[in-house]
Amino acid sequence: MEKFIKLTSTVVPLPIENVDTDQIIPARYLKATDKEGFGNYLFADWRYNKDGSPKADFVLNDSTYKGSILVAGKNFGSGSSREHAAWAIAGYGFKVIVSSFFADIFRNNALNNGILPVVVSPEFLNEIFKCVFENPETTLTVDLENQTITNNATGRSETFEINSYKKECLLNGFDDIDYLLSKKDLIEAYEAKKENF
Amino acid sequence: MKTLFDKIWDDHVVSTIENGPTQLYIDRHYVHEVTSPQAFNGLRARGLKVFRPEKTVLTADHNIPTLHQDKPVKDPISRNQLETFTRNATEFNLPYFFPMGHPKNGIVHIIGPENGFTQPGMTIVCGDSHTSTHGAFGAIAFGIGTSEVEMVLATQCILQTRPKTMRITFKGKLNKGVTAKDLALFMILKLTTGGATGYFVEYAGEAIENMSMEERMTVCNLSIEMGARGGMIAPDETTFAYVKDREFAPKGKEWEKKLAYWKTLKTDEGAHFDKEYEFNAEEIQPMITYGTNPGMGISITESIPTIDEVNEASRVSFLKALNYMGFQPGEKLLGKSIDYVFLGSCTNGRIEDFRAFANFVKGKKKADNVTAWLVPGSWKVEQQIREEGLLDILQEAGFEVRQPGCSACLAMNDDKIPAGKYAVSTSNRNFEGRQGPGARTILAGPLVAAAAAITGKIADPREFM
Repeated sequence: MEKFIKLTSTVVPLPIENVDTDQIIPARYLKATDKEGFGNYLFADWRYNKDGSPKADFVLNDSTYKGSILVAGKNFGSGSSREHAAWAIAGYGFKVIVSSFFADIFRNNALNNGILPVVVSPEFLNEIFKCVFENPETTLTVDLENQTITNNATGRSETFEINSYKKECLLNGFDDIDYLLSKKDLIEAYEAKKENF
Repeated sequence: MKTLFDKIWDDHVVSTIENGPTQLYIDRHYVHEVTSPQAFNGLRARGLKVFRPEKTVLTADHNIPTLHQDKPVKDPISRNQLETFTRNATEFNLPYFFPMGHPKNGIVHIIGPENGFTQPGMTIVCGDSHTSTHGAFGAIAFGIGTSEVEMVLATQCILQTRPKTMRITFKGKLNKGVTAKDLALFMILKLTTGGATGYFVEYAGEAIENMSMEERMTVCNLSIEMGARGGMIAPDETTFAYVKDREFAPKGKEWEKKLAYWKTLKTDEGAHFDKEYEFNAEEIQPMITYGTNPGMGISITESIPTIDEVNEASRVSFLKALNYMGFQPGEKLLGKSIDYVFLGSCTNGRIEDFRAFANFVKGKKKADNVTAWLVPGSWKVEQQIREEGLLDILQEAGFEVRQPGCSACLAMNDDKIPAGKYAVSTSNRNFEGRQGPGARTILAGPLVAAAAAITGKIADPREFM
């Protein structure tokens, strides 16, 4: 997994609530057996017309907005457990998602793919949207080490939560499987104990 | 004093990382063809085997056709995914593999319980958010991503942060014509689609205790639709009677031992929940949804909220949803013409759902303007439909029964609702495009679906009972 330490970028605003994983990547794109290429289908039904041409009014097709930070309305990633949603977001090139609320499974999937979900207050979120719509060159700085996010247009900062284990994983590019494989002895001891139970 | 959740969780802790997640042991891992190929690739890349093959159960369900399953799958990409699934099961020597057409094949959350793989007190995971279904047995069951599927295949463990606990109590009895699905849609309406995020829910109260196992599975299945990782119900005599004698359930002395343990699995008097809700089951009416998430529900006789009734921050999303659905704020839906009816899915694809639907349509005729897809959740359900004579009743009324699979619930296969058409669906999600690009989904229970199939409209099933 790629390391994540600190990032400053312009943002792509998506001020919609309850963006579910069927919107992030519709089920008909889940037939692949590898993790590549999902970025092309990110938000497919909002992004493309039936004939495959881009829909002009969707933000990913608007060259005004670009960057590696996606900012979305509350309850982002609700719905299915499909990790394809995280692969699509990573594949498109986003490294951070900012929202006031994330669905549980999606948040784990994002973290397991080196994408940092940053939870901010609803006020801070609204301010980002306002700044970005006024000036698309607005940047945010996300600092994982210090757990801060800064709106560089206003200078306002917030701290965000992440458990220290996941933080270490992202800072160092480790994943959970590396950790679990190092604990095989504990797993076998647990199984032996349970047999006798 | 512990909750049911605490008891099972604590029994499965292998280790705890300071200020981090818990290493949790998993008793049962269900695997399907769509969220597993990349996990098996990961094992290969690391040179690993499946750590505990006998705890792993595989079935093809999400991406299989519901007609002509005896013939090769037409879509080459789907066929490749199914062949990859078979190759993985073979290469990794997994004994419980139920490919398309196998007598034990079906939707993962239906075949698990019906074969006795799902038991009280277990930790159960699957790369599917509706794994919460298995919580009906008094198990900790939750959906996981593919990276986590790989973790469980490799180590039979997962790293999880301990969730908070919530109890939702339903006092009183459900009225006639009101199903478990209605109760669940009512609850999601009250809590909203993210209202239980971060929590594991225990369902309790008279209305829950009175439910059959299949009804309990419907309720637990929909826990994820209010954001909860899982929902669970304390096992009782109803649970034990269901599990007993199933093929993979414990037998003889082992059964006695397990049963004694299962009887301890209930929340202690006075145990603490982080959040509690209480509802009166008698207030619940048959429900439908009008929007594009399962929290956008109303009683079938009510009107869609007006714009003033929606809080300001949510108005843009509310109007976007109504625009997609082709509905107006404040509109009544009763009597609206519909095009499709879908009976099936891990939410409502069990034999009791088919009994309810068949009993309702018995002696009536399907409306001409309705295309109905009736998809059993498994081959066992399909067989039971035949054996109980339900197939004759359904055919008499103008319905056909298709072959098992997830089907139009997520429309990965050819079972797609056309753009702009209205589908009354017993499945679990009414997201934009969920049942096909542009499809308009109205979620409901099997009785509302049956009433819609007969009248061609959104209709109150109680008027026919």
